Amino acid sequence: MEAYISLFVKAVFIENLALSFFLGMCTFIAVSKKISTAMGLGIAVMVVQAITVPANNVVYHALLKEDALSWIGITGVDLSFLALLSCIGMIAALVQILEMILDKFFPALYFALGVFLPLITVNCAILGGSLFMIERDYNFGESVTYGVGSGLGWALAITVMAGVREKLKYSDIPAGLQGLGITFITAGLMSLGFMAFSGIQL
Amino acid sequence: MSAILNDETKKVLTTPLVNDNPITLQVLGICSALAVTSQMSTSLIMALALTLVTAFSSAAISAIRNHIPSSIRIIVQMTIIASLVIVVDQLLKAFAYDVSKQLSVFVGLIITNCIVMGRAEGYAMKNPPLESFMDGIGNGLGYSLILIIVAFFRETLGSGKLLGIEVFKLTKDGGWYDPNGLMLLPPSAFFIIGLIIWGVRQWKPAQAEKVEFKIMAISHGEGGHH
Repeated sequence: MEAYISLFVKAVFIENLALSFFLGMCTFIAVSKKISTAMGLGIAVMVVQAITVPANNVVYHALLKEDALSWIGITGVDLSFLALLSCIGMIAALVQILEMILDKFFPALYFALGVFLPLITVNCAILGGSLFMIERDYNFGESVTYGVGSGLGWALAITVMAGVREKLKYSDIPAGLQGLGITFITAGLMSLGFMAFSGIQL
Repeated sequence: MSAILNDETKKVLTTPLVNDNPITLQVLGICSALAVTSQMSTSLIMALALTLVTAFSSAAISAIRNHIPSSIRIIVQMTIIASLVIVVDQLLKAFAYDVSKQLSVFVGLIITNCIVMGRAEGYAMKNPPLESFMDGIGNGLGYSLILIIVAFFRETLGSGKLLGIEVFKLTKDGGWYDPNGLMLLPPSAFFIIGLIIWGVRQWKPAQAEKVEFKIMAISHGEGGHH
């Protein structure tokens, strides 16, 4: 149990996908102008991340890993080079299915998250999460923990960023630094703040 | 040569360098720009990989652009890009294993790098293969330029080396330069890109963004005393 808590804290704070691995930066910068939209996107990322990382984990361990096909009697086959293609296909398919399910059964949620879902397929935080899961060889339990944790960390970072940017628009910024420039500097300062967590050991 | 490099080709090759840079103006593909730049060698490999993938995927997508039904075009583009990335990834694992270990997941993340998709969707779907190829190379070079600048500052200031060769002699080896550890950590990449954007926009004011709220001094002549 302790290992899972440690992994969770690490995924949320110390190895924050947005601020220490720079994943999902394009959307992070583009959609962080208002707190409400940022939170919507953050929650959508968290949900998708919590579903896709374990799903990719199952596919990888059951089909692609070296000798994974031994359960149907095929040995000595290593399909792990297909992981990239299968991960992105899995993510695109799951996002599409999620969109349909939300539309049919949870219309309110669909209207809140709907516009963000197509954006998420090409969000590198989602693919990055799955690839990190493969690289670090997580088992199923760990992959669930990592999926939820890293999604939460990303959501936290974009919400905080939106909060800072809402205040920032009333400040007097040099013309060339306006907008994108100051957003980068702010993200740098936030990243410095998050690095303070790196001392935490559980 | 001059027959190949007509005006249109030259234009698509050079405008992405400064005037329409994918990173500083179009805000695309920042993720990997930040993550791999703590060393020059990894940045060069990453820049090369991305330029090749963008160029070849644009050319391939452009060649079949009239046959792709528009409702499934994203998935077709994704598959082409992912296949090219797998080729790059396998080549790196075979011939430059150390670098591929350092780049870790970021080679795979070229698939979701917005530059590749953005150029496929924005340029290659409407233009012939050769121009699309050049457009891919041009945008790849614009990306590479920023990557190389960032890596230059991060590696020289952070470890006193460039491509592994000593530039500044470090204090711990009896030299004069005390390395700035911050440069090797993630935040410095944000700062350097922010400053580059500031520099470019100061140089080309047309790229600056409009302010939402203008800050003005309250003039004493109009208000007050009523």
